[in-house]
Amino acid sequence: MSDIQIVEAPPGIEGSGFFATSLDKAVGMARSYSLWPLPFATSCCGIEFMATMGSHYDLSRFGAERLSFSPRQADLLMVMGTIAKKMAPVLRQVYLQMAEPRWVMAVGACASSGGIFDTYSVLQGIDEIIPVDVYVPGCPPRPEAIIDGFMNIQKLVQTESGRRREDPKYQELLAKYGIQ
Amino acid sequence: MSKLSAEDLLQKLTSKFEGALNNITQPYGLLTLETSREQLLEVLGYLKAELQFIHLTDITAIHYPELEKPFAVVYHVHSLVNGIRVRLKVFLAAADVHIPTASNLWEGANWMERETYDFFGIIFDGHPDLRRILNVDDMTVFPMRKEFPLEDPNRIDKKDYFFGR
Repeated sequence: MSDIQIVEAPPGIEGSGFFATSLDKAVGMARSYSLWPLPFATSCCGIEFMATMGSHYDLSRFGAERLSFSPRQADLLMVMGTIAKKMAPVLRQVYLQMAEPRWVMAVGACASSGGIFDTYSVLQGIDEIIPVDVYVPGCPPRPEAIIDGFMNIQKLVQTESGRRREDPKYQELLAKYGIQ
Repeated sequence: MSKLSAEDLLQKLTSKFEGALNNITQPYGLLTLETSREQLLEVLGYLKAELQFIHLTDITAIHYPELEKPFAVVYHVHSLVNGIRVRLKVFLAAADVHIPTASNLWEGANWMERETYDFFGIIFDGHPDLRRILNVDDMTVFPMRKEFPLEDPNRIDKKDYFFGR
């Protein structure tokens, strides 16, 4: 027997020769195993992310093989490192240029809360300017922690409705940040 | 091999600028002089043109809140030809932080003066483009001035153990 593991099918109705599930679940599963991250790496967490992308930890296993350095085709914005107040408008612009559906992951203490840089020049957490889905703790987080955060994003993607942007709660959240 | 010793240099300067230089010290062999705002450009110009101090190492400022004239603007100039450095200080009153620009002598002074303005609020008269260089444009304070309360020492929300350290 080979030890290749295959992703479980989403819950649905199975019979001989057919399998029925909701479109949301099928689409969510497909999306979650082909997330294209946009690494917004400004400091040490970015180096940790490079290790995560390397052969030992291999983020590509999750279908995140293609890092998109264009916001237009990325699903997941990974903010890794200190975001200075001067960088904030740039980060926000990158987020706005991403097409829906889009998720955001704040990696490490700096992106989540400003970290040790409790200073006039540093943004005290990126959730001041853009909505965040998953926070990864650590300073810097180990690659395992980044992978854990990534898997949490995958869970979100699998369980959300296929058209998240039409969700009133989501629209309310975006309105709070003054987006559209 | 210094072609111009600090003593010779000091002798040249004091004979040229009688009474305009004071508080002459030499900590760790670095000749340090204080001058006035009015004399500054003459001294710098003389250093550059006559004594070949072609390299402006740095312009910065220091804030001494307890002094009568709390702002010291510091100039470090280096003569690559003579292998010697000089430090010039000008003290300014808090109500009047204007000083003439050195960017007409050294092009490199442009950014140094912008940085000094950015962090200390020293205004360099005659500077071609005096705006902030490192901080965000809409900031209203000068962060390196010692006029901000220190952080509450009893804060615990940013202790190391919250960050896995």
